[in-house]
Amino acid sequence: MTELLEFRNVTKTYSRGMFTRTSNTALHSVSLKLTQEEPTIVAVAGESGSGKTTMAMLLLGFIPPTTGEILYKGQNINQLQGDERMTFRREVQAVFQDPFAVFNPFYTVDHLLSVPIKRFKLAKSKQEARSKMEESLAAVGLRPEDILGRFPHQLSGGQRQRINVARALLLKPRLLVADEPVSMVDASLRATILETLSNLQKTHGVSILYITHDLTTAYHIAKSIVVLYRGSIMEAGDVDAVIKNPQHPYTQLLIDSIPWPDIKRRWGETAIQAREQELAQFHNGCRFIARCPFAMEQCTTEPPLFRLQEHQAASCYLYEQNPVIDPDKLSELLPT
Amino acid sequence: MFSQSHPSLTKSTMPMKPVLEVINLQVTYYTDSGRARALDGVSFNLNAGEKLGLVGESGSGKSTMALAMTRMIKPPGRIEGGQVIVDGTELISLPADQMQKARLSKIAYIPQGAMNSLNPIMRIGAQMMDAIRAHDNKIPKSEMQEYCLNALESVDLKREVFRMYAHELSGGMKQRVCIAIGILLRPKVIIADEPTSALDVVTQRQVMETIDRVQKDIGAAVILIGHDMGLMAQFVDKVAVLYTGRLMELSTVEDMFTDPKHPYAQALISSLPNLDNKGVFQGIPGIAPALLRLPGGCTFHPRCTQVMDECKVRRPATSTLANNHVVECHLYSDKV
Repeated sequence: MTELLEFRNVTKTYSRGMFTRTSNTALHSVSLKLTQEEPTIVAVAGESGSGKTTMAMLLLGFIPPTTGEILYKGQNINQLQGDERMTFRREVQAVFQDPFAVFNPFYTVDHLLSVPIKRFKLAKSKQEARSKMEESLAAVGLRPEDILGRFPHQLSGGQRQRINVARALLLKPRLLVADEPVSMVDASLRATILETLSNLQKTHGVSILYITHDLTTAYHIAKSIVVLYRGSIMEAGDVDAVIKNPQHPYTQLLIDSIPWPDIKRRWGETAIQAREQELAQFHNGCRFIARCPFAMEQCTTEPPLFRLQEHQAASCYLYEQNPVIDPDKLSELLPT
Repeated sequence: MFSQSHPSLTKSTMPMKPVLEVINLQVTYYTDSGRARALDGVSFNLNAGEKLGLVGESGSGKSTMALAMTRMIKPPGRIEGGQVIVDGTELISLPADQMQKARLSKIAYIPQGAMNSLNPIMRIGAQMMDAIRAHDNKIPKSEMQEYCLNALESVDLKREVFRMYAHELSGGMKQRVCIAIGILLRPKVIIADEPTSALDVVTQRQVMETIDRVQKDIGAAVILIGHDMGLMAQFVDKVAVLYTGRLMELSTVEDMFTDPKHPYAQALISSLPNLDNKGVFQGIPGIAPALLRLPGGCTFHPRCTQVMDECKVRRPATSTLANNHVVECHLYSDKV
């Protein structure tokens, strides 16, 4: 059986400048697999500039990888044509971070929902299209009569984001790329959207790549997690293991910085090492070296992934006594 | 004006007089389809050095609250009544020119997404000096510059930032520039509207630590607006819960997280993700009502699990329980 999605040693480098080419590696040799049989939710976590969004863009085929390839059901997504391309476009859906940017201000929100219905011929009549739209809006907790016929500027950010989720639902996708879907939504609605996503996986068999910087929501929704920092995988594995017992110094810093809604658990025990401005220079070694409290000489060469336990691995020389795991085998670490 | 607010000259001689008193504040937006009461009789006090968190869903009146306190409500909105007293000065009845002086020197407002409002073609320093000049244009330029550099240093930015443009700074640095502008004139009250909503956790922690430190430096009261309850738990001393423009509950952060009284606050607290209830998504059932057609009586009654007949007809009075725990709910109206 072919995999639903496969990243094979994908690297993405952004270059600029005509004569003095400077390049910025946004994603560095990432391999990942999602199986067809068992739909799962994989969280990709990291701060801004970690390559999370680049990963989403690559997966959706908006940008080609510099090296490596991305396969959807065994076929390179950048070489899909005709019907196959249409199928890919329908089966792989996205919900983006900024609910303000995806709407065309000149159209009512009906436009956003009716275009995919027309494009993929999902409805035979106007009534059917209308009822499909209402159904998917209700599924994300919106009153259709409040939404349909409105212009985007009349709606709040939370409402717009749920319309985006509704649009993705409409197409009954196989794979959903959710790029920070709840970062601009109210806390009380966050639970509703996450539950919708979780149900999508359980009842409709949709695999979800949940891209976020919010580890609390990642912990709640995902089975497994990949922590990225400046394009490289720092730690990966079972979400329980990684969040409750982080091993890589970067993951530790991230988790320590989460403001938990618990007054007994104070944040900020580990000091933040370097400020952003000192991090500008590029390193060939461990990307975290400038901020790492444990940085050693060895860290100037890139550390491989060390397998800590069955479902957890970290890319850090602190764990060099552990067996090295081939980056291609990363998906074995991730429980489904 | 400016010299008065210098630290050496502001010795507080009045012990424990609240630095901010908000009394029965009412704001209404007049729209084509009717009147929307965005704030309906909100009252609270805040002492110097205290941090208040203002939480609520979108449309609950959080940002209206900030705009009303700084008198920046624009038509069709109007402040219908109430008082805002900062350090002995009543702001609502102040003439417009004096109100302009009071902004930033008595009450500073860091709006949502402030970091995107920096002028892209002006150096950071010039924008900061603009703010001082608006209050006192007789100060020599060198002195003004010194104030700005000190403000930048107090938010942990290098002095070089003064000569930089906004695009040369990262999101967290831009947000800290906005905080620096906010504290330039050492205001008594700082209102920060979702200062970290677009930043990732590590940067968020840096920004919050900065606000915490400058607040201690200048002894101001801080109002933090947001919907991230985790951030509230970690940062503030008191929490106020707004719903449809009404103050449903106000208590210390400990009471709010361990013993919330109002059913809405209870639902809000239990909807929070934490490490122990993985996979449980407990959203608040129902949808926040539109301000144009509010239900009668208590506005939360259609979503309330403990609704009584009384709730549908009469708005509950405010009850003050032990430990200055203020709650607006019929469940507690006879237990005062």
